[in-house]
Amino acid sequence: MDPILFIVFLPLLAALIAGLGNRMIGNVPAKLVTTAGLFISCALSWPIFIAFLGGNAEAHVVPVLHWVQSGSLSFDWALRVDALTAVMLVVITTVSALVHLYSWGYMDEDPDQPRFFAYLSLFTFAMLMLVTANNLVQMFFGWEGVGLASYLLIGFWFRKPSASAAAIKAFVVNRVGDLGFMLGIFGTFLVFNTVSIPEILVRAPGMAGSTIGFLGYRWDTMTILCILLFIGAMGKSAQLGLHTWLPDAMEGPTPVSALIHAATMVTAGVFMVCRLSPMFEASPIALDVVTYVGAATCFFAATVGLTQWDIKRVIAYSTCSQLGYMFFAAGVGAYNAAMFHLFTHAFFKALLFLGAGSVIHAMHHEQDMRYYGGLRKHIPLTFWAMMAGTLAITGVGVYWLHAGFAGFHSKDAILEAAFASGKEAGQFAFWVGVTAALMTSFYSWRLIFLTFFGKPRWAGSEHIQHAVHDDHHGHDDHAHGGTHHDDGTAGYHPHESPLAMLIPLGVLTLGAVFAGWVFSHAFLESAEFWSGSIFYNEHLMHAMHEVPLWVKLSATVVMMLGLTGAWYAYIRNPGFPAKVVGQIDVLYRFVYNKWYFDELYKFLFVRPAFWLGDKFWKLGDIGFIDRFGPNGAAWTVQQGTRFAQKVQSGYLYSYALVMLLGLTAAITWMMVR
Amino acid sequence: MAGFPILSVMLLVPLLAAVACLLVEARTARWTALIATLVNLGLGMVLWANYDIGGAQWQFVERAAIFSGFEWKLGIDGIALMLIMLSVFLMPICIGASWEAIEKRVGEYMAAFLLMETLMIGVFAAQDIFLFYIMFEAGLIPMYLIIGIWGGQDRIYASYKFFLYTLLGSVLMLIAMLWMVHEAGTTDVPTLMAYDFDPKVQTWLWLAFFASFAVKMPMWPVHTWLPDAHVQAPTAGSVILAGVLLKMGGYGFIRFSLPMFPEASAQFAPLVFALSMIAVVVTSLIALVQHDMKKLIAYSSVAHMAIVTIGLFAFNPQGLEGAMIVMLSHGLVSGALFLCVGVIYDRLHTREIDRYGGLSINMPYYALFFLLFTMASIGLPGTSGFVGEFLSLAGIYQISTWVALVCTTGIILGAAYMLYLYRRVAFGEQKNADAAAMPDLDKREWLLLAPIAAVVLWMGVYPESFMAPMRADIAALDARLARAKPEGDAHLTAPKPKAATTTEEHAAHGGAH
Repeated sequence: MDPILFIVFLPLLAALIAGLGNRMIGNVPAKLVTTAGLFISCALSWPIFIAFLGGNAEAHVVPVLHWVQSGSLSFDWALRVDALTAVMLVVITTVSALVHLYSWGYMDEDPDQPRFFAYLSLFTFAMLMLVTANNLVQMFFGWEGVGLASYLLIGFWFRKPSASAAAIKAFVVNRVGDLGFMLGIFGTFLVFNTVSIPEILVRAPGMAGSTIGFLGYRWDTMTILCILLFIGAMGKSAQLGLHTWLPDAMEGPTPVSALIHAATMVTAGVFMVCRLSPMFEASPIALDVVTYVGAATCFFAATVGLTQWDIKRVIAYSTCSQLGYMFFAAGVGAYNAAMFHLFTHAFFKALLFLGAGSVIHAMHHEQDMRYYGGLRKHIPLTFWAMMAGTLAITGVGVYWLHAGFAGFHSKDAILEAAFASGKEAGQFAFWVGVTAALMTSFYSWRLIFLTFFGKPRWAGSEHIQHAVHDDHHGHDDHAHGGTHHDDGTAGYHPHESPLAMLIPLGVLTLGAVFAGWVFSHAFLESAEFWSGSIFYNEHLMHAMHEVPLWVKLSATVVMMLGLTGAWYAYIRNPGFPAKVVGQIDVLYRFVYNKWYFDELYKFLFVRPAFWLGDKFWKLGDIGFIDRFGPNGAAWTVQQGTRFAQKVQSGYLYSYALVMLLGLTAAITWMMVR
Repeated sequence: MAGFPILSVMLLVPLLAAVACLLVEARTARWTALIATLVNLGLGMVLWANYDIGGAQWQFVERAAIFSGFEWKLGIDGIALMLIMLSVFLMPICIGASWEAIEKRVGEYMAAFLLMETLMIGVFAAQDIFLFYIMFEAGLIPMYLIIGIWGGQDRIYASYKFFLYTLLGSVLMLIAMLWMVHEAGTTDVPTLMAYDFDPKVQTWLWLAFFASFAVKMPMWPVHTWLPDAHVQAPTAGSVILAGVLLKMGGYGFIRFSLPMFPEASAQFAPLVFALSMIAVVVTSLIALVQHDMKKLIAYSSVAHMAIVTIGLFAFNPQGLEGAMIVMLSHGLVSGALFLCVGVIYDRLHTREIDRYGGLSINMPYYALFFLLFTMASIGLPGTSGFVGEFLSLAGIYQISTWVALVCTTGIILGAAYMLYLYRRVAFGEQKNADAAAMPDLDKREWLLLAPIAAVVLWMGVYPESFMAPMRADIAALDARLARAKPEGDAHLTAPKPKAATTTEEHAAHGGAH
């Protein structure tokens, strides 16, 4: 049996055992079986990846089961393994295994642990099905499967109205993207008469110049197909316009945010574009669309990230912004750079989320950074892990040594590729990307400084007050208000997280530090590694090395600027941000309120939908159709049949009578024929 | 199997049991009904097992002349087989669902259900057009009684509305049938399916049949009987109404309208598309604002049936097969959703959504089943709902991208109203003490829901079992429709460097035509 079968189906099996067994088998067995399943999957995935790195693995497809055969439309369940899949396999199984382990600590007091672990494993299974898909429909299966798992996990604490609202929002907004994906699949089938990905990719270049009808207009075939599919990618990867669900998704437990809303699911859109890269290469217009949307998202999300106070939301917008980088990398043709950033981002962003989880754990569920401060000494291991994540995301490194933290390698590659692409869209993306890098550096260091440096500001937090209050009840004989803490701690003592949470942080720290440096060559300079699994732009990869020095240093320079700015604003002169905000109040509120997307959508779509539904029902169905249809007829009939005593049986008889008459007519006609 | 009149036996078993039920007391009636329906399920499995895929188009044919050309003629193809399987599968579940909920006039109730089973199988197995007509119309009488006698508060209004709508169409259809038999000189359905009526006459015949099938479907705007009928019907009545009776309209289209009047079908396809598009959008929006669980699911049924009609009129195998799978899937899923409503209705005696909440806490397994069927209803891949919806929409895309776009919005709206329902029922705080005290599923309820769940997943993961028997019949119908097939709006033009891609272009056109 091929190991890929175990990699993919062990998590499913574990999810079923933990989910259906639930309270019958108890917490520990459920956690053991899911976590063990994931660690086995992970252990089996790395050899595949390493084999591709070493160039001694062949892309292959493992058939599983026949699925659908309808006319010429046919697709099967099958698992495809190639270099692109191998990259995703290690990302998914590694982060998922670590998140499973982390959750032993983080979810320790939750009453519904088997359910949580079952959902996590179910998610992993769906994500693995997505990345091993050999046809578009199986990819869609994984796509929707991760959507389901995301829905369930965002709404995991379903008692909270905000959590279940966020869950629905995530699912429905994603479905808007899925509408595009589905139409894209239909169109692809119409054009190529197959949904098998390898066949489509081989024939896509030959379609350049053909046209196809869509909604009454003629379009360039590959452009419309790619744009439709890309709409799907925009939904899943939270790109501008369809991004509104991602910040709300932070309602889910933090390990979920790390796994689904940072490292894996949200990158599915990038994966899709890379998997279908030969298709996108056949349409320059579609590529430009991808570039502009990616760049716009990158900028938009970074601006919002500057202003948020909730630690998880800052990281969520940061994720949204980093996804923008990946998309515009793909849009300029540097699919390998996009995948590289996806790879490194998975490690350092999962690290940042899990680190944030550790902070939240220590701070008794307080997520507002205004009530943090000075935590460096109390939770030093978490602090160093978060530092590594921040050094990675801001792209700290030394150009002349070719060495730096993970983000240094991948983000620089993206910016260089955008500049080197020579396209107008690429130039635009480059400048936007540099600006966003400045903001990335600023908000990331802002997070670190607000959380770990300065003086404790915990006293203002309700959560902390609760904790202290409960503590006093439990262990202390002090009278209420008997102790006064002028140091802002309110008498609270944060504790470092348990080992189950620290080990994943440690492993991911290694990833954030070394993943870029170790794998840079394979991802960025080795066509052999990719072995045809994505469109590898040899020319662009060479051009990247030829860009001027200032381009190569630009990311480092803005990183330094951002760091300095954050240091000035949050350590040197803490009153400074408030002053700036006072100066640009309108702009600040616009950005702080996320550019009012939620309000706009509520006004444009949500309210009208309910309003229309109500009108269609009360005015359409009841007021019109029923009134002039059956009720009108009833009134007429009643006038004619007043003598009938029992209306109900009267109708039955009349019904039987009509039938009888009909039959008699039929039979009579037969006989006289 | 040769010579054993299995179809007649399948009609006879429930009929005899129905008579028996009238004569015995409640407890015995329940058991009689359950055993009879289980026997029929067993016979159905024998039927399926012996159905020769790729063999003759019509199998298990039985005929006995009655008088003057009017025949007792039964026989099935793969399409009918699948619908018969759906009926015999849901029947024992309906009896089980009524086990405790029905307390008055149990014998009559069981008899009505058993009689309905006979008539439903009769509809799908009849090969004589008048025999079909009798079964088709008579099948409504037991349903009418079930709603009118064992229904809720407004049962009289609901059953009357149900009756009035269906009456409207059936008279016109009978007239059309008489004319057809006169013209073709036979009552034999397979012969009529191959008979070429004059396209001008087809128009009128098509409309007459449409009047009947559109109501049964139901299509917008003749759908308003359905929410009332569902709301008033007892749980099992809703299950069989959504599960099987709604499929009769679709079956009518696929057995009569399409093969007998291909030109008229093409001519009226835009009408069908328009009504279906309206149905998807309008009834989905209406479902969004419902406070009554059953009404919500009833409106969602109308939206799903619109996916059936666009598939049927897509004039290609994907559309036709998709429509069939949507019908089977909807039969299972909406039946199961009504059972889910029934489970909590039996406990709290209200269908008001706001009276529930937080059921995931005290009824975790119920919440799991409800979630599965919710997901199947919104067409999550891996469940039966997806396969049908996907094929149906893939089919219509080849004919009209506009229709495909509008109908695909159903996946967004469907997610919105179903998840909103699920949220209000299963998520949130337990705000009502009585709802919070409800116990989880008991053994009987497990036995009702688990088999449906299994089949929903089976059909989602390996639909081949269900599609294989129908494949040849769909292909035959597709071939029959080929001459009237409309040109799609999405057709591909040749790429500029022609030489390299002529084969692809051919292939693509093959798919589009």
